Amino acid sequence: MRSRFFRLLLGVKMAYQVNPFVRVQTQDFDLTTEINALRQAHADVGAVVSFVGTVRDINEGDDVQQLELEHYPGMTEKALENIRQQAHQRWALESSLIIHRIGKMQPKDQIVLVAVASRHRENAFHAAHFIMDYLKTNAPFWKKEWTPDGERWVDARLSDTQAMQRWLQD
Amino acid sequence: MVNILYFASLRETFGQAQEQVPAHFRTVGELIHQLAERGDQWRQHLIDNTSIQVAVNQDIANRETPIKAGDEVAFFPPVTGG
Repeated sequence: MRSRFFRLLLGVKMAYQVNPFVRVQTQDFDLTTEINALRQAHADVGAVVSFVGTVRDINEGDDVQQLELEHYPGMTEKALENIRQQAHQRWALESSLIIHRIGKMQPKDQIVLVAVASRHRENAFHAAHFIMDYLKTNAPFWKKEWTPDGERWVDARLSDTQAMQRWLQD
Repeated sequence: MVNILYFASLRETFGQAQEQVPAHFRTVGELIHQLAERGDQWRQHLIDNTSIQVAVNQDIANRETPIKAGDEVAFFPPVTGG
């Protein structure tokens, strides 16, 4: 009985051993809190670049009242960590963080945070840009939006694919 | 058995998020052809629509990717996060 209880506890603990640098969550995030945590362990950091993506109230000329984000649990976290690792291989970075929200959101809500810390600004600027461009085209999230005419799935943009492909040439 | 997942517009079109099918195929391409035999809607969305993406065991795959019993295969439209 007792060992079964501890096995259950261990199982719960394992399930919550998530990657602290890749988070997919319904709740909002606080930029200052996240950046302070990211910088905490790295006194040699001289540059932090962050990008926050937010919900717009217009898309393709139509009013957007609400947005819902669906994702592929498991693959999403794997894809985001893979993108993060690629950035760390490409530039000298001290730490990085990706938070992406799922579920229903309203205009002006925060959707995504990418934050990168490095010794000098150049690497942090490039890496944050790279992570966002790859996230847009490689992480399995899908947006549905509500307009006065009803709900619709958002179409992928060619410009996002082109933005990602720029990094393949450098 | 192979576990198949459908996401976003595909999940709504096919009216299901997940199903199990016997592994009577060797590749993603063969699985797609088996599913397409279910009718026009399946053929349109899995064969005619060339933008549909597929992942095997949570890695992006293509028509030639092998599939075996116990694998997880996911079909989804181009991603739109961020």
